[in-house]
Amino acid sequence: MTVVKAVTCPVCGSLCDDIELTVEDGRIVKVKNGCALCESKFLGYNSEHRLLKPLIRKKEELVKVSWKEAVGRAAEILAEANYPILYGWSSTSCEAISLGLELAEEVGGVIDNTSVVCHGPSILSIQEVGIPSCTLGQIRHRADLVVYWGSNPWSAHPRHIERYTAFSEGRFERSAWKGYLNKIKASIVRKKIESAIRRVFFKGKPSAPSNIRNEPPSTLQKEGRKLIIIDVRKTRSAEIADYFIQVEPNKDYELLQAFRALIRDQEIDVDTVAGVPVEYLEEVADLMIRCDFGVLFFGLGLTMSSGKLRNIDAALSLVRDLNMWTKFVIMPMRGHFNVTGANTVFTWQTGYPYAVDFSLGYPQYNPGETSVVDVLLRKESDAALIIASDPVANFPKAAAEHLVKNLLIVIDPHMNATAQLADVVLPSSFVGIEAGGTAYRMDHVPLPLKKVVDPPRGILSDEEILRRILAEVRKIKKRRAEES
Amino acid sequence: MELLIRNGFVYDPINGVDGEKMDIAVKDGKIVEKVNERKARKIDAFGMMVMPGGVDIHCHIAGSEVNSGRLLRPEDHFRDFERKTAVTRSGVGYSIPSTFTTGYRYSRMGYTTIMNPSMPPLEAKHTHEELSDTPMVDKASYPLLGDWWFVLEYLKDGKIEECARHVAWIITSTKGYAIKIVNAGGLEAWGFGGNVQSLDDQIPCFCITPREIIRGLCKVNRLLNLPHTIHVHTNNLGKPGNYITALETMKCIEDLATENKPIIHITHCQFSAFKGGDWRTLESGAEEIANYVNAHSHVTLDMGQVIFTDTTTMTADGPFQYTLYELSGNKWVNHDVETETSAGIVPFHYLRKSYVHAIQWSIGLELALLIKDPWKIFLTTDHPNGGPFTSYPRIIAWLMSRKAREATLKKINPRARSRSLLPSINRELSFKEIAIMTRAGQAKALGLKGKGHLGIGADADIAIYNLNPETIDPSKKYRIVRKAFKRAAYTIKNGKIVFKNGEIVKHLDGATMWLDVKVSEPAKISEDMRRRFREYWTVECENYPVTENYLEISQPINVEAKV
Repeated sequence: MTVVKAVTCPVCGSLCDDIELTVEDGRIVKVKNGCALCESKFLGYNSEHRLLKPLIRKKEELVKVSWKEAVGRAAEILAEANYPILYGWSSTSCEAISLGLELAEEVGGVIDNTSVVCHGPSILSIQEVGIPSCTLGQIRHRADLVVYWGSNPWSAHPRHIERYTAFSEGRFERSAWKGYLNKIKASIVRKKIESAIRRVFFKGKPSAPSNIRNEPPSTLQKEGRKLIIIDVRKTRSAEIADYFIQVEPNKDYELLQAFRALIRDQEIDVDTVAGVPVEYLEEVADLMIRCDFGVLFFGLGLTMSSGKLRNIDAALSLVRDLNMWTKFVIMPMRGHFNVTGANTVFTWQTGYPYAVDFSLGYPQYNPGETSVVDVLLRKESDAALIIASDPVANFPKAAAEHLVKNLLIVIDPHMNATAQLADVVLPSSFVGIEAGGTAYRMDHVPLPLKKVVDPPRGILSDEEILRRILAEVRKIKKRRAEES
Repeated sequence: MELLIRNGFVYDPINGVDGEKMDIAVKDGKIVEKVNERKARKIDAFGMMVMPGGVDIHCHIAGSEVNSGRLLRPEDHFRDFERKTAVTRSGVGYSIPSTFTTGYRYSRMGYTTIMNPSMPPLEAKHTHEELSDTPMVDKASYPLLGDWWFVLEYLKDGKIEECARHVAWIITSTKGYAIKIVNAGGLEAWGFGGNVQSLDDQIPCFCITPREIIRGLCKVNRLLNLPHTIHVHTNNLGKPGNYITALETMKCIEDLATENKPIIHITHCQFSAFKGGDWRTLESGAEEIANYVNAHSHVTLDMGQVIFTDTTTMTADGPFQYTLYELSGNKWVNHDVETETSAGIVPFHYLRKSYVHAIQWSIGLELALLIKDPWKIFLTTDHPNGGPFTSYPRIIAWLMSRKAREATLKKINPRARSRSLLPSINRELSFKEIAIMTRAGQAKALGLKGKGHLGIGADADIAIYNLNPETIDPSKKYRIVRKAFKRAAYTIKNGKIVFKNGEIVKHLDGATMWLDVKVSEPAKISEDMRRRFREYWTVECENYPVTENYLEISQPINVEAKV
């Protein structure tokens, strides 16, 4: 039995690196410090859907073949394609991504990562406005106002609040954890009393859900850290917040612009914006200006709701404007553990963060044209390599339909929906568990991924598979050049 | 492989060779006495100039801030791209080129060693990953230590030796090369949106002043015996009247100097040489700085020359970048790094017709021309802050030709022209002086023993330019000079021809140099340190250091410290 310390968790963009794993007989048996997502990944990654042999489609059936044959077939598909796409990348290591870019350049394809369907609009806005940001530790040490907008960290990035924001202990700011505990206790007591009253007086009839109290509570004026959640529904994160603002669906843009006006001391001539009374917003705007260090985290609730990049434009501008009065930063809540890394490696090698087209022999970038969903919708691609992603399950239907008409190569540890429709399936090891590498946290801090256990026999890492495909593609191209 | 470069005019200032016609022999990547003439590959350098490969002491080419700049500015790349060839990778320019392109473009100009000057220690892996993807050149990086909490705390308590041990630890574990100080203390203050205004301002919450940080780290640098001096970006950078701060910074460590050796490098000095009360009354402070530097030997500088072009400014000086955003209204990126530093990025267009920009242009050249000793001032643009590194040949032309300066002077803002000192300066630099300012001097200041010269045993990093010093008058034919430096006839790296006939002929990975600082009692990763680590950073102690596998080619340099 061995204990491996300081393991980086390959699940979400928080990239907690303090996980302790107990390994027994080559299996992970215990996870310490991790959240529920982390535990289920480390303990349950080796499911029955695990692929253990490379597969090739022969006569409509996927059959098991040798690595040599599978890699050869994959290389042939890519080398012969006119306009291949290489998509995925956000759940693998930077080392693999780097090889992927080399491969895309070699075959003259379009390479894109999953930010095209998540924080792509955020990136477009950053390219318009810029972004005042920082690393997460800066927030831990200094932030006295934490706002999450269109994001539910309690469920999606479970340790985010505890490690980096409201409940973390910093040099200049204390954790708000105790206040939260008191609040939870009080709310439990309140619920008990309410239910007792109900039982006694209304004979068990369920009462209408209590109105969400939109009025800013007096606790917002307290010293120390304050947590505000802005979302369309009352999430788990909202329950622990000091103040929850319920914005009407698809009205985020209005609310953001209202804040922008308010912090500039402009009068707003309506009573409510996005369903929230203006006087409440005034109080929050006041809080934003008066804080020592504020931070706004935004999730897909803002990026992918109506307005998309315009929402982020407004959010970035709001935070930038706030810097006239105080220190304020903003950060996207990245989902996949290495989506930031994918953007980062893409950018240093090609100049662009996603949607890079090598078909002319140099990097071209025009999201909407060179992004993978749009290429698929125009039915232009004739082959595809999908790695560490499952686009058939989550792309728009029309795009997925064209994707499966392509000659399709899938590199994944699991038999996912895309793999089931693929022509070549290359089983890979889990990066961060069975293979090492590097990943970038949502704030661009690079962290090493550890190899903790061995992969099943005969399973290669993403990096190794790509290296073999690339070598094979070069061989084919060389042979072809010699023939002609 | 053996190589013989014949009959070139050799400029090797470190070894006192000034344009003499001689042969240079190369074997196994080093300069040697002689090679077998029959076997060796020969390069006929008749009528050409042979120099050591160029060295750049300060250029932002890798790491998180550079990459944020790339991401921020697709418009910078659209018109300037490089196709993939049989030997090279594709990429884009212009002011913040992608990594491969950066390497190729330096090589094209005959440069073979470049130094990336700002590396936040927490994100050092990122810097090294990018450096490993920067081919054709040897490189190194300076960790930002002027606002590192450990440094502030140890210096506040006067524990210089303890501080030195921790600096040794961080340089070695981030695979760094020198101590970089940016706006000492100002970046910590920027954590809450503040800044410091003078060398004697208290840094909030830390009870220490910028003066104490600079002096402390200067002493640490000496205790550790590091090859380069402290590398300082002064306080108040980019503010009118800041030449006084620059002078005070140089003065504040005057007493620590020994044996006439440099102990401080003031980087991109142009940005720290502004005289005047505000932007309207801005003037050049170059003369005052030059006078001081001419009279003292403990300082080296680099220019930070401004080029009239669209570029991207990026420094670790967060508050300065915010000011620049306020001035220009351009898009702004800020990236503070916990416990260590900050960074900012703002695209910027230097205009000939702008009074301030034209004055800045003039200041850079004035500094280079008024400082008499070329071993004290080096040619840089603080790439990409003053302009992209690809404009170095333009600067060489300005330095070598009064006529070239006059041609540009004619086109700049008239008020700036009337205030410029340039018309009163007749000095025109020689090829030898250019060789010092672009390679020999920089290598010497960096303490790189095998670089910047062509003596026996030196690294065979060589640039050959198609210029005949006997027939060309650089003062008149400055355009030809510019063209020749823009595109070397040959660039030789590690004894291999990597660039010739206008093309990269070989893709070669350069080494990453870093200091393995040996102290008698290394800073221990004790429980106490681990605890502090957890409190200060959001990563585990084990995951913080850069392991050698992040360096494509690792070249440790052993340093024996005095503690």
